[in-house]
Formats: sequence, structure tokens, C-alpha cells
Amino acid sequence: MSAIIIRNGRIIDPANKRDEIGDLVIVNGRVADRSAIRDYRESGSDQSAIDEIDATGLIVAPGLIDIHVHLREPGFGHKETIASGAQAAAAGGFTTVVCMPNTSPAADNPATIAWIKDRAAEVAPVKVLPAGALSKNLGGEELAPLGSLAQAGVVAFTDDGHCVQNHELMRRAVEYAGMLGLPVLDHCQDYNLVGNGLVHEGYWSTLLGLPGWPAAGEEVIVMRDVLLAELCQHPIHCQHVSCAGSVKLIREARARGVKISGEVCPHHIALTDEAIQNFDTNYKMNPPLRAPADVEALMEGIADGTLSILCSDHAPHAGFEKEVEFDAAPFGIVGLETELGIFLDLLVHKNKVIDISRLIEMYTVEPAALLKIDAGTLSTGAPGDVTLIHPNLEWTVKVDDFQSASRNSPFDGWKLKGRAVRTIVNGKTVWKL
Amino acid sequence: MNVRWSRKDLLGLRELSAEEINFILDTADAFKEVGVREVKKVPALRGKTMVNFFVEPSTRTRTSFELAAFRLSADVINMSASTSSLTKGETLKDTARNLEALHTDILVLRHSSAGAPQFLARKIKASVINAGDGAHEHPTQALLDLYTIREKRGRIRDLHVLIVGDILFSRVARSNIFGLTKLGARVTLVGPSTLVPKDFEKLGVQVSHDLDSVLPGADVVNLLRIQHERQRKEYFPGLSEYTSLFGLTKERAKHLQPDCLIMHPGPINRGVEIDSEVADGARSVILDQVTNGLAVRMAVLYLCGGIAT
Repeated sequence: MSAIIIRNGRIIDPANKRDEIGDLVIVNGRVADRSAIRDYRESGSDQSAIDEIDATGLIVAPGLIDIHVHLREPGFGHKETIASGAQAAAAGGFTTVVCMPNTSPAADNPATIAWIKDRAAEVAPVKVLPAGALSKNLGGEELAPLGSLAQAGVVAFTDDGHCVQNHELMRRAVEYAGMLGLPVLDHCQDYNLVGNGLVHEGYWSTLLGLPGWPAAGEEVIVMRDVLLAELCQHPIHCQHVSCAGSVKLIREARARGVKISGEVCPHHIALTDEAIQNFDTNYKMNPPLRAPADVEALMEGIADGTLSILCSDHAPHAGFEKEVEFDAAPFGIVGLETELGIFLDLLVHKNKVIDISRLIEMYTVEPAALLKIDAGTLSTGAPGDVTLIHPNLEWTVKVDDFQSASRNSPFDGWKLKGRAVRTIVNGKTVWKL
Repeated sequence: MNVRWSRKDLLGLRELSAEEINFILDTADAFKEVGVREVKKVPALRGKTMVNFFVEPSTRTRTSFELAAFRLSADVINMSASTSSLTKGETLKDTARNLEALHTDILVLRHSSAGAPQFLARKIKASVINAGDGAHEHPTQALLDLYTIREKRGRIRDLHVLIVGDILFSRVARSNIFGLTKLGARVTLVGPSTLVPKDFEKLGVQVSHDLDSVLPGADVVNLLRIQHERQRKEYFPGLSEYTSLFGLTKERAKHLQPDCLIMHPGPINRGVEIDSEVADGARSVILDQVTNGLAVRMAVLYLCGGIAT
């Protein structure tokens, strides 16, 4: 038996259109109404187990969800472990993360999913929900055992990091996922158009002689996904949308009712391809940093709801792996511990693209609806997952303070406004500033 | 030593000012004379160690750097990808730090990855000289091209220079674009639209896909090798079609101005981008480029090597 009262915070619960100063009560790990605390007191339970938290000046939000992280286990524990990655999630304000299947072995089989879940239950302070592979060994040639993966408890299917090139296979995967009621998440990249592309094809790739990754290489697969989502009448979610053309395609498709959605990562709005000019591999990610016009289009897509989910694509790599020639370095940067700060700073404070309720909605209601999981709201009876956010706290990113096992971030030294200050999972504080 | 040079590394021409480029060319003037002496050696880098580290194969650039170092009395060792520990899985950074631990003063790097010299220059104290990185820069090649133009035409400003061929994948083209535009030349890139995308116009040059229309107005034609073996994708239908559209044939050469310089960084593909008669003709300065390359590299080693200590 336990109870907590979070006093005097600004409770923002977009699922219930609630935005008011008040107290939030969590009893035995679930959100409760005020009377429950009286019942709890009167029940004669241990009164010292009532934890009082003063949230004056803070936002009390449903626990944030990051639907796109790489926790690297099994197989790449030198980059991150489920323990360190989940701790990084807690430090970033996340109570739930969805981990991608490009592990070793790939999460394309129920045994690996079971291992991840067991490991997470043992060591993770936050909820770790595995995504299963779409194709065997992420190879894009044969379907993974989607039904068995569903039974093992995956929340979505994706070949993230890879992209199924065979449209017929993708169509069958989406249809089959439809039968299982689980969404398909797609890393949109046409292998022929992109080839060995490393950076956005444009001014900087031309100047630096780095192989270009054309925007069309993403857009053509986004278009494919629009057509397949329409054909199969099943949701496809486009991961890490990076360019203007993709935003336009998703916007038009959503307007005519197609079940297509898109997510945005912080680096794609905080940085442009200009950042690559010193060949610093902390600016190398896939899809690459794009041109200023793309950043603008992403902001517009966020503003009008075309892009409905925010996430990190947290991609830890060891220092020695990143400290190599630009083309030899792996793609990706860590993001869990900076994403909320960057989005608050850029979307809410600086550019006023969205207000803070919408930001919270994009981190809670939207991903929970896509994944159909019991999370993302402060309704009575919901899991007691809460993130306390100080919207105006000014802080400086220090990669050496990260909980993540890796340090590959381009944001070291950035001054940001707003961050999570406490993370509560099932009524238990798992991290606080 | 001098107030006009303060860089330990030569990574590319993009970051150099016109004044710095001219200063290298002026320094090369002094060294060119050394090459025709009976004793072709000066003690400028005596006691210094230079490593020629060629992670990508090269004969002429490596030889030119090696000879330049000999003439400056430096001690030289050559390392290639196959003789280095890179093949054993050592990282470039570790290899370079090992070389540094041996008190290497100058590291000349040829690498297939754009930005590799920038990466190393941040990691080690030795001078890093870029001998070609991916499709990014090949600064000493562009400097020797500039030197040759200046020597033969007396100036660079306001000359119209055509660079013809595979621009997209060419580090020689990029370094030439940066150097030529800084020194006031007018540059037109010529080649198929797939290898000379319009994006290049943002670098302050013109783009043409019609060689015949631009040849008569050219003061310099710099032909690049068509690196057919390198190309993963289909960029043009075939070599014979390339030659018919963009090769400097005998016929086309007739439309050149009499004093137009014909240049090529080598190795040339006779009959592909240039006809033999044109390559060996009176307007060709292709072998002067090779000779001047030595003087330019001596200047670069001397200037950067002097700063490193």
C-alpha cells in the first residue's frame, strides 16, 4: 500500500482536456480521486507511506512516452544497456519507451522479446515496450513471425534502421499487422535513391563532397506507405520524418482520411545540414540533418497536426565508434535526456509553434493512441505514471552527466529552457533532479 | 619565420584567403629553382620526419610529396593502407597517434573518406597535409594548377577556366573551384547533368552541359579523368557517348583560342576525355603541372612544417 499527493501543480491532462492548478493523488500505483486519499488514511494503512510532493510552479503531466529508442540490448551492451537506457529515459522525463528491434539477435522472434521484457522487468525504472521486426533479421525478404511476436507482447512492428524495399512484402506485412491490431512503424528510405548517401543532398553535400542522401529517398517511401495504409486500411506511422516533401504527402493523405502519421526528432528541427561542415560525426544521423526549408516545413507540420508525435530516435554509440572518419561512423545520436528540453525550448518558448498542452499531448495521448496502450492520461484508474516538468528552468546540457552509457550528442553545452524534474512510474519516483 | 603563414595544417583551399594562396604560390616560385640546380636539395626540413600515409592508392601524388620532402632534407617514410594497422582493425586515430608518438612532424594523408584530414588535424599535434580526401578537397593539386596557370598566363584574375568532366566525385574540381574563385577567375563546370548538378552554381561558378558552346571563350581547359571504375550508379550511358559529348577531341580543340591552356591532373585516359594529339600538343601543360607540383608541395611542407614546431 502506498499513496502520493502531488500538491498545487498545474495539471495538464490533454486526454481529459484538463489544464488547472490542483492536487494529483496516486494510490497503490494508480491515479485516484481525492476521496481515495481519505479512504487510504482511514484504512489505517501506514501513514508514513503517504508521500507529499510540492509541485508549485511545476506542470504535472501524464508520464511521457518515447516511441522510438534504441536500447541496444541484446548484443550491443557497449553502447547502451536496457538498464542505462531506461535510466536515461527516466532522467529525460519518460515513463514509457518503445525499443527498436535492431539488436543482435534482432528482435524478430518471441524468445528475444521475452528476454528484453524479462531484463526490463529486472533492471528498468521505466516501462520498456519492445517493438518487433517486420521481416526476418530485418532483412526485408521474409515476414518475421508477426503473430508470435504479438503473443510475446510487442506493441508495434518495424524494421527501423532498415526499410522493406519490396512493396509486396510490405503490403502483406501491413495487412497481417492489421489482423493483429498492431501498428506498423516505418523507417522511410529508398535504398536505390539513397545509395551510400551520408548527408542531405544539397548545398553542403556539394561543397564537402560527401555522398548525398536526397529528400526524395524518404518521400518516395512515405508515398508508398500512404498508398499501402490506404489499400490495407491499417495505420502506418512514418518514423523520424525529416523533409518538407514528406510533410506535404502526410498532410494530404491525412486530409482524405488515410491512417498515416509521422513523428519528429529534436535534431531535425534544432539543426540543419550546415552543422556537418566540420565533419563531426555527432551530426551524422539517418535520416540526415536537412536544409532550413525542411526544418520550417517540419515546424509547420507540427503546428497543424500533420506530425503528431515527438520522439528521440535515441541511438547510442560508443565514443570509439564515433571517433572515426565521417563515412565510417555509425549513424545516430543519443536523445532521451535532451529531447524534452529541446522541444520545449524550440517549439514552445522560442518559436511558439505549439503550446505546452499540445507538446504534452504529442508525447502522451498521440503515441498511446497509435500503440493502443494504457498510458498517456491522468484519468482516475490510469497507471500512476507522471512527469513533473519545470517549463522555465534554464539548464545547460552536459553529456558527462548523462545516465545513458553513451555521449554521442551534438547538444553538449546547449542552454535550454524547460525540462523534467521528476519522473514517477506506477506511483514511485524513479528519478528526480 | 614569417607573418603571412600561421597554419600547421593544409586541409583544403576553402578555408584559405586569397592572400594565403598567393603566399604559397610565391613560396613555390623560390622552390622551383631548386629543382633545376645540380644539387637539388635544401636543408629547410633537415631533422624533420614526414610520413606519407596513403590509405587510398596513389602513385603520382605520393611520389611528388616524397620527392618534395627529400629535396627539403626531411626524413620520409611511406605507409599505405596495406602496410598500416588499419587492416588489422586499428582506427585511423590510433594509427595517427602512434605515428605521433614516434615524433612525426608532418603527416601527409590520402584517404577515401571526405573529412578524414580534418578529423586527424583535431586529434594530433603534427602538421596534417591533405593529399586528397574522398570527393572533398585535393588542395595541393589545385595549388599546382593555380601555379601553372599563373606561370603560363601571368595572372589568374578574370581568366575563364573550364573544368570538364566528373565534377560530382572530384576533389580536384572542388579545390580548384575554391582556389580559382578566390583569386578572381571565372569558372565554368562542364559535363553531363548527372555529374555536374546545378547545385554547384551555389558555389559561385557557372554550369554548362554544352562543351562546344563554351570552348571558344576559354582561357584554360582543365579536363578531369572520368573515374568510371568508381561509379556505383549509372551516371552516363557509356564512355563513347561521354567522349562524343564532352571529350576534348582534335576537332573540338580547333575551336580553342591559340593561347588556351590544356590541363589535366592525370592519369589521363587517352581517347576518352582527351585525344592523344591534344594531350601532347603545344597548348598542353600537363607535364608542367607535374613539375610544378613538386615546387608547390615543397612550399606547403616548408610552410606548415615550420609552424608545427
